[in-house]
Order: sequence, then structure tokens, then C-alpha cells
Amino acid sequence: MKQQLPIALVFIFGLFMVFQYFVPHETSEEAYEFLLDWIVIIGIFALGLGIWSLIKVNWDKIAEARRNNTREWFYPCVTMAGLLMIIIPGFYGTKDGVSGFYFLSSEGLQNSFFRQLFNYIIVPAQSTMFALLAFYIASAAYRAFRARNILSTLLLGAALIVMLRFNPYIGPLSPIFADMANWLLNVPNLAAKRAIVIGIGLGVVATAMKVVLGIERGYMGKG
Amino acid sequence: MTLFDKMMTLDRRWIFLFLAVVCFITYYGKFQIPIPVNSEVRSVYNKIESLPEGSIVFLGIDYDPSSQAELHPMTYAIMEHCFRRKLGVLTAALSQNGPGMAEQVFMDVVDSMKLPREYNGVEYPARDIVKGVDYVFLGYKPYFSLIILGMGQNFRIPFPADYYGTPLDSIPMMQGVNNYDQVAFVCDLTSGNIADAWISYGQSRFNFDMALGLTGVMAADYYPFLNSGQLIGIMGGLFGAAQYEQLADNAGLAKDGMRVQVFAHLVIILFIIIANVGFFMSRRKQGN
Repeated sequence: MKQQLPIALVFIFGLFMVFQYFVPHETSEEAYEFLLDWIVIIGIFALGLGIWSLIKVNWDKIAEARRNNTREWFYPCVTMAGLLMIIIPGFYGTKDGVSGFYFLSSEGLQNSFFRQLFNYIIVPAQSTMFALLAFYIASAAYRAFRARNILSTLLLGAALIVMLRFNPYIGPLSPIFADMANWLLNVPNLAAKRAIVIGIGLGVVATAMKVVLGIERGYMGKG
Repeated sequence: MTLFDKMMTLDRRWIFLFLAVVCFITYYGKFQIPIPVNSEVRSVYNKIESLPEGSIVFLGIDYDPSSQAELHPMTYAIMEHCFRRKLGVLTAALSQNGPGMAEQVFMDVVDSMKLPREYNGVEYPARDIVKGVDYVFLGYKPYFSLIILGMGQNFRIPFPADYYGTPLDSIPMMQGVNNYDQVAFVCDLTSGNIADAWISYGQSRFNFDMALGLTGVMAADYYPFLNSGQLIGIMGGLFGAAQYEQLADNAGLAKDGMRVQVFAHLVIILFIIIANVGFFMSRRKQGN
């Protein structure tokens, strides 16, 4: 039963979704909307499970650090503090002049502390992390782009053309590089990407059929 | 170690320092660089330019602060263009930090609209942009594929109320706006696989005119969809944003940023050349 019920459910709902896509009847649309609601509800439980898992993992780390008398408790504490610092102000707001915690409406999103946490901590932190990539890319390009053989020379040439395509300081070469870059993007890149996209599409259909027919059972925790 | 060996094995801290100095100088140097415009961006601009007054444009602000350097300027330029053209802007954020990004843009663009401006020789008088009348922000909901599908049935299914808690039925701009059928154009600005979901579950299923604003590294991946007609345009990275600013005659963050990017690329190319000269010369020496 533990095996057959999930396989039967996947088969029935998988076939229904395929059927529904090709039958735009009112009843089919209503059933489809109903299923979409179910997916959101299940997803919200998954979100709760994720938060619980985050708390449990970090709590266990703190407990273990205390048992072993090490300083490994610091970063889990920072994670927990970050989680609470975002969640608590996110529920605290003012409605009709009354301040308090509002769990069922969105007043907390207008809380100025919550907004400042976003604008002055999350935005600069994430932007900085991403901006650092420019330096690592420069260093990686210096080490990787060597004309060792024909293939690496082609890669190097393509990279230079694409980087120089909008550079106004290369004089009469500028429009030539722009045209070459457009050709690279619209012909070889397009051909390769199209082949990959079609390959992925066929792979997804094959995998979906295997799941619906019960051949692929990885979702049950077994290969 | 010979000079050529040294050219191949420079300490990366020198590269970091040189790049940082060049970025710093070019950021503070106030000069403009010419921006050539390509057809992928021009078609996005032309689409918005062709829409009649009062049409609804859906803007997906589906990116986090990590990609704001590339995508924020696009959002600013497109949103201001829509408001100047008196189009209604319907917005949702399908990435976790998207609402914060969207609110920053609304705040700044609404302020900018309070001043009269001239773009491409056309005088645009000052306008007060009103929430619910000129724009609606639906907010964030998780599971973007489902939200895209749900909005195709009715915006009220995933978003019964807007981000500020106002029911959609009581918002003036949403009167008669049920799903993508009432939206003239969809433009998704994203740094992740939400673009795939918009193409697969949105454009392919509901068949609306759509364009993407993407980070530079993603742009090449979406050319097949441009070629197949599923997308009418692509704006790739800071260069795409700068092209849009150029077309809209509204120089902003992207044109400023392009100055830095052009010179940063020249620095990277310089180091690649140094490494290759060292590589070839040392190989020739070994051959001799």
C-alpha cells in the first residue's frame, strides 16, 4: 500500500494534468484551479518545514558547541538572530492607529525597521557579494584565457569579441566587433542553445512519462 | 624566473588593485560614452512606445539585490517610460527580495514624475502618480510557476489583495483587468530561472507579447526564444539597460555604469594579452 498509493496518485494526477492542458473546458479549468490551490497549500507547509529545519539544525549546533565547550555557537546564533530580526518586525505594524502584531494581514511590511533592515543590510550585503565577482572574473580570465590550442583560441577570440562589442574606444573596429558579436550570438550560440533546449525538453517529457508510469520512483526516496 | 614567466604568473592581488583603481576613477569621471542600440532592445522600446494611452503593462520585478546593478536601471527606465506614456503599470515580484526592489523603484520614479521633463524632444508635464490608479503592486508569492499560471486564470487567484492589503476588486486600475488578456505587454526583469517559467507557463500557454530583461551572463541563453518569436525583445545586462536609457533619452544608472564596465573590460583584456604574450614567448624560448 505504501508503494502503490503514491504511484496511483501520481499516475491519476499526472494524466489529468496532461488531459487538462489540451481540454480548455470550464469544468477542467475549475478542477485545475482547485489543484493549483492545493499545490500552494502543500508548498506553504514545505516553507514551514524549511523554517523548522533551519531552527533545529542551528539549535543542535549551538547545543553541541556548549557541550563540547567550543566557539562553534557563534555563527548559528547569528543565523537565528537574523531569522528572528526579519520575522518579528515583519509582523509588527500599525492598523487604524493601533500598533501591534498582525499575523493575518500585511501591516508589518510597512514597518520602518523592517524596511531599513532590507535597505541597509540585505541590499548592500547581497550587492557587495555579487560585485566581488567582477574581481574574481578578472583574475580567472587572466589565468584561463590562454591560446593553448584551437579550441581555447576560439573561446578566447569569442570572449574578446563579445567584451569589445560596445567599446567605443577601438575606433573603426567598433562596428565590426558589434557585427561579429551579433553573429556569434545569433548563429553559433543560437544553434547550440536551441539544440540544448530541445534536448532538455525531450528529456523532461521522457522523465515526466517515467514518473507518471511509475518507472522513475526517486520522489519516494528510493532510486 | 624570467620576465615572460612573471607575465604569466602575476599575483592576483595586482589584478584586483588595478581593476579597483580603474573602476574608482571611471566611476567618478563624469564623461559619457556612446551607446550603440541593437534591435533586441529597440523592439522592447518600440513596443511600449506603440501602446495606446491607458494600456496595462505587466512588469515582473523578479530579482534580488545581488543583481540590482544590472536590472535596477532597466526597471527605472521602463517604469518611467510607461508613466510618461500614461500606461498603467501592473507589477509583481516573484523572488523573495523583489518587493523591496520594487518599492525602491516606485518611490524614486514617482518622485521623478513630479518634475516636468523633455525626452527625445517631447515635453512631458509633471504628473502625480497615484497608487491604484497609475500602478498596482501585487507583491510577492512563493512558487513562481504556479503564480504565473494562476495569474493567467485571474490575478485575484494568487493575489486577492495588493501588497498593501487593498482588495484588487476595489482598486480602480484593476476594474475589468482579470488576466493576461487585458495586459498589452509583459516584461519580466529577472536574474534567475523565473524567466524559463514565464516562457513555459506564461507566454507559451497564454500567448501574450513578452520581453525579458536579464543579467549579462543569462542573455545568450534566451536568444532561441527571441528567434522563435516567443520573445519580442531581450535586454541583456547593463548594456541592455543603457541602450534602453539611450532610446528613452533618460540617462541614468546604466549609462553611468557603462563607463565603468567598458574600462573594466579593457583592463581584463589587457591582462589576458599580458598572459598570452608571456605564454607564447616562454613557449618559443622553450622550443629554442
